[in-house]
Amino acid sequence: MNRIPILKLQNILLVSIQIDPSDVTIQALQEDILKEISRTGAKGILIDISALDIVDSFMARTLRDCGVMAALLGATAVITGIQPSVAITLVDLGLDLSGINTTCDIDSGFEFLQANGKDQLYPYSE
Amino acid sequence: MLIQNIEIKEESDIVVSRRIVREISAELGFGIVDQTKLATATSELARNIYRYAGTGVVIVEKTSGPDGIKILFEDHGPGIEDIPRAMQEGFSTTPGSLGLGLIGAKRLVDEMNIDSEVGKGTTITLFKKLP
Repeated sequence: MNRIPILKLQNILLVSIQIDPSDVTIQALQEDILKEISRTGAKGILIDISALDIVDSFMARTLRDCGVMAALLGATAVITGIQPSVAITLVDLGLDLSGINTTCDIDSGFEFLQANGKDQLYPYSE
Repeated sequence: MLIQNIEIKEESDIVVSRRIVREISAELGFGIVDQTKLATATSELARNIYRYAGTGVVIVEKTSGPDGIKILFEDHGPGIEDIPRAMQEGFSTTPGSLGLGLIGAKRLVDEMNIDSEVGKGTTITLFKKLP
């Protein structure tokens, strides 16, 4: 199984998914992210999926759950770089992804997390 | 005309099947959005084979008149007891699943047919015509 690396920059965890991950790989990533949040006390987690040209319901659900679980650990998650064709497909598929923070690229995702860390006491409040 | 058979035996074959369908649909002239939809529908149905039947095969064919792509998902698994119910959004026999596999795949293609017999197996056929 491939393991996707998690980097830490200041108090933000950075993940860039650059392979087409199998179900076990994406599940392992979810677990690794939560362990890293707990271990490092990171306040933000940025997952860049700009290299993913297919996101199916399993992957989308796992990423969404990852955001909810991160919030339970006191961290805010943001998904960055969703390709237009992936966005169209996810909506056609009927996935409800409300509740996921997204930005178009890593730069804006990083800014979002930094602003969020300053302004919000509760990372998951609307 | 037969293009390719993809055996689904292990979990990683789900990834293999969606990659191959993406490549073939690109070769056939589908645009990037349709390639993504076909590959995603394949991923959903290949996962169903792996999850519920254990093994099976994905057969990708080029069609003519109308020109397009046909993808068959065949298994000799438990079969689907109640097809209308299985087609409902949110229905799943797997805990935690969104229940979007079958209905989601149908939304991504032009046609989907399900042929299933309990105890014998399931064949699902997807068709999408070239724009």
